[in-house]
Amino acid sequence: MSLILQNMPFLAVAALICVSLYIMMTQRNLIKIVMGVTIFQSAVNLFLVALGYRSDGVAPVFTSGPVELMVLPVPQALTLTSIVIGVSTTALMLSLIILIYRHTGETDAEKSRRVKG
Amino acid sequence: MIRRVGISLTLIIIAVMFFASALLMHPFGAPPSIMDDYIIENSQQETGTNNVVSAVVFDYRGYDTLGEATVLFLAATAVIMLFRSRKGEVAEK
Amino acid sequence: MTSKIVRTTAQFVTPAVLLYGLYLIIHGHVSSGGGFQGGAVFASSAALLVVAFGSERVSSLLQEHRLVAISCSGALMFIGLAFAGMGTTFFFNLFAGSPLFGNVPAYGPNPEDIWTGGTVPLMNIAVALNVVAGLSAIVLAMALATVKRGDDK
Repeated sequence: MSLILQNMPFLAVAALICVSLYIMMTQRNLIKIVMGVTIFQSAVNLFLVALGYRSDGVAPVFTSGPVELMVLPVPQALTLTSIVIGVSTTALMLSLIILIYRHTGETDAEKSRRVKG
Repeated sequence: MIRRVGISLTLIIIAVMFFASALLMHPFGAPPSIMDDYIIENSQQETGTNNVVSAVVFDYRGYDTLGEATVLFLAATAVIMLFRSRKGEVAEK
Repeated sequence: MTSKIVRTTAQFVTPAVLLYGLYLIIHGHVSSGGGFQGGAVFASSAALLVVAFGSERVSSLLQEHRLVAISCSGALMFIGLAFAGMGTTFFFNLFAGSPLFGNVPAYGPNPEDIWTGGTVPLMNIAVALNVVAGLSAIVLAMALATVKRGDDK
């Protein structure tokens, strides 16, 4: 039981991934599928930041105060890259949805499968 | 009917796998940290910045930042290109 | 077009947001911040103006060829700084020790000096140019593409 309480951030990551997979597999509206992808990216960012946490640590910046225990800086750098790539992917997906709506008039994933012309 | 059975079976198997892996991770708050100890000790001498995260992003792992800047530039160019009309200007509708 | 209260508040808030973004970009190597964080805050002011004033008025100010020129110059400056230390290795920090951005801080607590860091402050500025122009172009292009005209499809 104390294992569940101690590893709570990793359990939250697992719950977010399962929710996002359910959304991506069962919803039919295109915008809701994009929302599922965004939740998946947020879960991965949370996992990266939670990997590098040390108990009673401060941010890894040297200031004019005394030196204390610092959290790990490398997972934070990888999360920075992941957030920017998530923004680029979401922007491109939404642009393609706008073009699909202009071309076929539908936002349903089943009804807009055929590319005309 | 068969589609619903398939989807729920997949989700149950994936959920069990992820929750079991989350309980088998290292205890939260005590990660293995050989490389990061070296970086925190020596980053001020080698890079000269007070911000260790900026030193990691731009100096120790600058190649990843190059790839990320390329992805952002490519996404902006692609969005502009997708919304052009035939005459070559950004379309209004 | 939104109401007059929203437009006036946007005019008041935009210089404060731009100043905060510039602070995050320039002090990226001394305290928290950096190129990506400051660039995102800077580009959020463009999104604020698009929401408050409408995309057609903003697109006459932020023209497309200017944004593309700023983004390209930011990316080229980043690659130029990466190749400048090619004598030793790729991405070598060649300004550490020289008079331009060359001081080395002592280990542990120190008075924060802005003339430290080597190539890191210049790379911060290059990445910030890239991020500002890219995010503003994305927001503006998508807002212009969804302008509602009289006849719907």
